[in-house]
Amino acid sequence: MGTIQRFPHSAKAASTNPLKMSQPLGAALAFLGVDRCMPLFHGSQGCTAFGLVLLVRHFREAIPLQTTAMDQVSTILGGYENLEQAVRTIHERNAPALIGVATTGVTETKGEDMAGQYSLFRQRNPALAGLKLVFANTPDFSGGFEDGFSAAVTGIVEEVVQPSETTVKGQINVLAGCHLSPGDVEELRDIIESFGLSPIFLPDLSLSMSGRQPDDFTATSLGGVTVEQIAAMGASEATLVIGEHMRVAAAALELKTDVRSVFFDRLTGLEASDRLVRTLSELSGRPVPAKLRRQRETLVDAMLDGHFFYSRKRIAVALEPDLLYAVTSFLSDMGAEVIAAVSPTQTAVLEKLKAATVMVGDHSDVETLARDADLIVSNSHGRQGAARIGVPLHRMGLPMFDRLGAGLKVHVGYRGTRELLFEIGNLFLSREMDHDEHGHGHAHGHGDGHEHGQHCGSGSCGCSAG
Amino acid sequence: MLQEKLQDVFNEPGCSTNQAKSEKERKKGCSKALKPGAAAGGCAYDGAMIALQPIADAAHLVHGPIACLGNSWDNRGTKSSGPQLYRTGFTTDMSELDIIHGGEKKLYKAIKEIVQQYDPPAVFVYQTCVPAMIGDDIEAVCKFAAKKLGKPVIPVMAPGFVGSKNLGNKLAGETLLDHVIGTVEPEVTTPTDICIVGEYNLAGELWLVKPLLDEIGIRILSCISGDGRYNEVAQAHRARLTMVVCSQALVNVGRKMQERWGIPYFEGSFYGVSDMSDTLRTMARMLVERGADKAIIDRTEGVIAREESRVWRRLEPYKPRFDGKRVLLFTGGVKSWSMVTALEGAGLTIVGTSTKKSTKEDKERIKKMKGEEFHQWDDLKPRDIYKMLRDSEADIMMSGGRSQFIALKAKVPWLDLNQERHTPYAGYDGIVNLCEEIDKTLSNPIWRQVRLAAPWESKPDSRPVGA
Repeated sequence: MGTIQRFPHSAKAASTNPLKMSQPLGAALAFLGVDRCMPLFHGSQGCTAFGLVLLVRHFREAIPLQTTAMDQVSTILGGYENLEQAVRTIHERNAPALIGVATTGVTETKGEDMAGQYSLFRQRNPALAGLKLVFANTPDFSGGFEDGFSAAVTGIVEEVVQPSETTVKGQINVLAGCHLSPGDVEELRDIIESFGLSPIFLPDLSLSMSGRQPDDFTATSLGGVTVEQIAAMGASEATLVIGEHMRVAAAALELKTDVRSVFFDRLTGLEASDRLVRTLSELSGRPVPAKLRRQRETLVDAMLDGHFFYSRKRIAVALEPDLLYAVTSFLSDMGAEVIAAVSPTQTAVLEKLKAATVMVGDHSDVETLARDADLIVSNSHGRQGAARIGVPLHRMGLPMFDRLGAGLKVHVGYRGTRELLFEIGNLFLSREMDHDEHGHGHAHGHGDGHEHGQHCGSGSCGCSAG
Repeated sequence: MLQEKLQDVFNEPGCSTNQAKSEKERKKGCSKALKPGAAAGGCAYDGAMIALQPIADAAHLVHGPIACLGNSWDNRGTKSSGPQLYRTGFTTDMSELDIIHGGEKKLYKAIKEIVQQYDPPAVFVYQTCVPAMIGDDIEAVCKFAAKKLGKPVIPVMAPGFVGSKNLGNKLAGETLLDHVIGTVEPEVTTPTDICIVGEYNLAGELWLVKPLLDEIGIRILSCISGDGRYNEVAQAHRARLTMVVCSQALVNVGRKMQERWGIPYFEGSFYGVSDMSDTLRTMARMLVERGADKAIIDRTEGVIAREESRVWRRLEPYKPRFDGKRVLLFTGGVKSWSMVTALEGAGLTIVGTSTKKSTKEDKERIKKMKGEEFHQWDDLKPRDIYKMLRDSEADIMMSGGRSQFIALKAKVPWLDLNQERHTPYAGYDGIVNLCEEIDKTLSNPIWRQVRLAAPWESKPDSRPVGA
């Protein structure tokens, strides 16, 4: 990956309690935001099974995800036949609108020529010309979740988007990075539509991963942006690009369509939300709706009420890079000190982080760096380490398998920022109240109890590790 | 090497299914060929990890790119009563450079770090596809590390692409036979020492069985591998008797322990009332045959009589509540079949089951038990299950987590029978737990509400809402 190497990698040879997830998994998530899509991993069946379980646990939804089921022989002799058979089988059984193929460590180590296999497939299967087929190179051994997501979105743009001579008034594209939950995308749609604009999200997880109730069983993704909508992105007035890792896809889109992009490094925080609202007002030529004006007011009020509890709080954050940037920036905006920001991979956005220590590492690094922290912000995997050092954990990111509604959390815009501000603020607040009530000598039992799988009941000790 | 091992596990005299096959069929292995684009399930590495990771005080290090551990760690409910090191995920997280230069040095460094920092009694090192492809000789690295660091470092040779989860279980068993069992002598042995193979202490299930064994006077010398300790597993060869729990997967361990150390084994199950009693009886009888005190037979009968009458008494209240309720079983394993009798005893009706993973003999067995009318589906597609549930052909589905949304989206109660569940179903108390879980979900008031028509819809869900 062409990224800077400024921040220190953990010097360990054994990554311990990894924060990193693999590229194909990120690609799968991006594909799941396309309507009637089937993501397909070109690798051994285990690659798919693990990814599937992780996404099921996070979203509590059925996850369509298939495998080319490479075995030893096909791995050595080449996987084209497995790939072709898999695509044809999926087409026969489920007739998806799009099949998104992500390579894995197995096929990338072998060096499968995906571009060549694409042409060969098209040549040999003229009857399937109507089937959209996106290939993304996503080796497990480089990059991570965000990179895979980015590769898949870029692949979709290159395969599906059509240039257009005309422009549809009020239509805008949104390249939604993987740090946006389905709930975030829904919130953004609300905000954008309130200006009378009609957004096309790529991908659109809000329509597929937020808890659908289908009338009939579908083996493919249900909901999401349609292939037709993606094709029409060339006719939009502008593209909002959310997150550093969407830049490559944005460049591909601009190159193909000449639609201008507006880049947002984050949408969490007052100023970040202001920028979004200002942009939308300019794009639409409309005044800011009353609803958003009220929301801004309540966010300002929440900041005034909440800053007491944030000031100089020492916080360690470990998340995927763009979410890491959004959260650490928000926390510094509120007067907290980010003592450690841990990213699973090297990316350019790390340059911009405001934190005492920035490193590429894992949950065991967080455990070391956060010993005297007031809070850790990370995914559910952080709970073991947090419990060991007795620091409360606020869960964000993916996977979040020990909380309901993981996919519907909102932290963008005025309202989402307010929600996040309250959630984290309440952890500090309840801790302070507990201290007042128990007296200062009270030791919190964050340690062993959690290790043995016992829940801390109401969580009133301010501890959310379980 | 690995190929020889594979042929070895594909030829399993202890498995009747395997022996019924022709030479040629046997060579192909136990798992059916996977169909690209229509396959499901874990790989061999997954299976090996499932079988060995419950050894709680050992470190489990995965040699491979991030996908193998990063996407999968911390996702099983196997419990330990003491050490928690098994819950820590270790991986060499191979990068592009490691693949170009080979990952052996990094692997050694990783083992060394783990030994220095955590001082575990042993380190298990799992081979995965990518290092297997580039030719990392992890067996040599483990041997070197073991010598240098003075600790057992055990290579687990089950890269994902050699086959299915089930094969991975077997290969894990072979690993224990080759490197672990027989390497440590117990301080004391008793005539009633047993070894349990294939019990993973999911949701703490072993702890529903152990108190009964304690009461009878049977000692679990080693459990492979639920709530396991490395040294206990290494002492397994001094057991007087082996019980093989999940027979399909780990019968090779039972059989080879018999060959090497003359320890007889039997296949048993902790699921279901009659199976549980049979297991206890067999255990006591076989121990006595090997010279244990005859008194344990009487004690066993005493425990069985007491527990059985207690369990049927406790199941009594469920009978009227379960009357007429129909269960759709959707699991591959035969193990759930030992629960069937107990469920029927509690008043439930089993309407059908999937037999995708069952053998021909299993199917015959089911037919004998349930009669010709009973539904057995070989390759039931999710869409068909959805339709059956939607058409009210069953009141509850019991399956693994993977298919839960078929039931939930059809707005039909569902119960987890697989590894992600949080309630133990083993032993006598386990069956009561299971009935309580079924009753809880069947009688939950949401089922009526979620089937209501939305205010803007004219046609309500036509199904009866008595569930």
